[in-house]
Amino acid sequence: MAKQINVALIGNPNTGKTSVFNALTGLNQKVGNYPGITVEKKEGICKLPKGLKAHIIDLPGTYSLNASSLDESVVIELLLNQQHKDFPDVAVVVTDVENLKRNLLLYTQIKDLEIPTILAINMADRMTYKGIQLDIPYLEKELQTKIALISTRKNKGIDHLKELITNYKALSTQACLEASEIDKPYFEGLQKAFPNQLLYKLWLVITQDVNFGTLERQDIDAIQDFKTKSKADLKRLQQKETIKRYQFINNTLKKGQTIDLSSAKDLRIKLDRILTHKVFGYLIFFGILMLIFQAIYDWAELPMEFIDGAFASLSEWVKASLPSGAFTDLVAEGVIPGIGGVVIFIPQIAFLFLFISILEETGYMSRVVFLMDKIMRRFGLSGKSVVPLMSGTACAIPAIMATRNIENWKERLITILVTPFTTCAARLPVYLIIIALVIPEGTLFGLSYKALTLMLLYLIGFVTAVLSAKLLNNILNIKSKSYFVVEMPNYKLPLFKNVALTVIEKTKSFVFGAGKIILAISIVLWFLASYGPGDQFNNAEEIITIEYANQNVSEDDLQQKIAAHKLEHSFIGITGRAIEPVIKPLGYDWKIGIALISSFAAREVFVGTLATIYSVGSDDEDTIKNRMAKEKHPVLGTPLFNLASGISLLLFYAFAMQCMSTLAIVKRETNSWKWPLYQLVIMTAFAYIVALIAYQVLK
Amino acid sequence: MHITLADIKRGEKGIILDVSSEEIPFKLLEMGCLPGNPVELLQVAPFADPMYLNINGTHLAIRKDTAKHILIELSDG
Repeated sequence: MAKQINVALIGNPNTGKTSVFNALTGLNQKVGNYPGITVEKKEGICKLPKGLKAHIIDLPGTYSLNASSLDESVVIELLLNQQHKDFPDVAVVVTDVENLKRNLLLYTQIKDLEIPTILAINMADRMTYKGIQLDIPYLEKELQTKIALISTRKNKGIDHLKELITNYKALSTQACLEASEIDKPYFEGLQKAFPNQLLYKLWLVITQDVNFGTLERQDIDAIQDFKTKSKADLKRLQQKETIKRYQFINNTLKKGQTIDLSSAKDLRIKLDRILTHKVFGYLIFFGILMLIFQAIYDWAELPMEFIDGAFASLSEWVKASLPSGAFTDLVAEGVIPGIGGVVIFIPQIAFLFLFISILEETGYMSRVVFLMDKIMRRFGLSGKSVVPLMSGTACAIPAIMATRNIENWKERLITILVTPFTTCAARLPVYLIIIALVIPEGTLFGLSYKALTLMLLYLIGFVTAVLSAKLLNNILNIKSKSYFVVEMPNYKLPLFKNVALTVIEKTKSFVFGAGKIILAISIVLWFLASYGPGDQFNNAEEIITIEYANQNVSEDDLQQKIAAHKLEHSFIGITGRAIEPVIKPLGYDWKIGIALISSFAAREVFVGTLATIYSVGSDDEDTIKNRMAKEKHPVLGTPLFNLASGISLLLFYAFAMQCMSTLAIVKRETNSWKWPLYQLVIMTAFAYIVALIAYQVLK
Repeated sequence: MHITLADIKRGEKGIILDVSSEEIPFKLLEMGCLPGNPVELLQVAPFADPMYLNINGTHLAIRKDTAKHILIELSDG
């Protein structure tokens, strides 16, 4: 086996670190989680010259080694723990040529850890455009490193970077400045007490807030004696340290970098003038939102219909070609509709992530944060809540994780609590199929009624989220400082590779993550629907034949009546009918009841469940939609899915907390069962009441 | 004249004189909000809050509440 070296990519946010990662690893990457926490862990393999292989970790973006969030603490945890299996043989600090001054702060800290470090200066293609010149040999000497000037956009310098990684043993491990000069007696004493430890490491352990994760605590406890300085003193010392580092960086760049401002062109100013304008800024943002909804509804419709049809024919084909029996039935009625119920969401999820990743990549998202902050603050939220609330339209789980960069705990908690109201992708299939069934054709202002209904549902979700935020803001009594710092990155054309990889990655994790659950539930449902206890189920054929013996019923009708009778007395039918009294006032029958119950595993299971239930025992293979349209109300004989029951269902799904994974994530992020339980009970009760009113008024 | 960062108008520039480190997040210091560094107000959201600044070459937005704790001196140009 070829020797493999560990490489850590470290850098500030917005330096194109992920582009460098993508350029090095291509499709040889996987995204997982750090054990025990929900921080995303990206790693990949890169082939190097001389038969070497590099295992590359893309660490979360951080401004410094002073952790203020869980994501940042991951970086420190890895860099402080030499025993860690991912401990880097070499660190690559990725910087943006236009923000070198600030980006170098982190670099000087990494150097203090005496890890071999390469400085990658990214976006080098913009240097002439910005009038920037660098004296590389001088910078390499002062910063005690090797520099790779790269441009992921133009695909330049990557080979040079690989070469530097290959020769990592030649890199200096010297720190580039003496940070301990800020308080000599203190640091000398510290070193004397722990002669075998790296001074900067000790300093980091002392100054870090200790409320994160699994950082090796023995070290901290061992130097308890040295926590003699008060918190304020330590903070002052940290400030001195930062100033000292900046002095060094300023001096270095004074000689190593020249910027000719007269030749610099700035697109930022022109674009900002429009995009953050008091009127146009909001109009443009609203326009973009409209475009996204139009895309999700209209553009995705064709591929979705195709997928729906394809799976229906596949079922039919399986039934026709395989010998009939329980196994064929399981495949045709359980497995295939189950998989179909997952695959059908791919077009919409892909569109959603496409837009979100383009907005992030271009730097536009930060402008939205800026524009929305003051408005959101009125509701107890932050401008930064916009990103979770928008990502919430994909899935509440990443959205709740995205709240981590909200500095203020109260604003963050409120964002977490209300995000599940935004319309996630899992609700979309439920909405789409019910809208298709109950909303009439027709257009208003060039938009179809169906598209308008969908938009209205998104709006309801968002408005409910914001209003409940306002309510929570008044109820919750949490004092916390209103911190808000958001970087406004340069505008960039999105890199196709980055966008494509994000879309593929997120879609894949949805299909395989949610897909497993959906498939498993589909199979379980099929079993529960195909078997039952007692005489009513086992002797269904006899019972029905006798019942209709004197009536003129065709053979086909008889078969269908037998199937229906069997389903009603199967395990699932019994369960469904047990809860029917509770949901009857909302206009649902026991079949919908089963779908509601299974939705607690994941909302999107709804469609798959109905597909499975309706296809059990029915011979004619049909699309899910047509089957649902054929369902009749057991008493009234009118279509089961009509305007009243449809709207009631839509509203129930809009408000109810029906996602176990979201509850688990909320528990993890708030570190308490209290908040997820509140969400479950309050949201679901609210949903029930609203759905009840809607059905009773409309019926 | 000594004023706080919350008082400057769009397009005005200044030099940071002092920051009260208890009141502002450490992250802001690390991003270059330190005494001696230049600052310029580029854009404000409605109600002049938050403020979109260029501090020492870094473009960022902060709230007025935070800007109140940063003492500056106006400079020309």
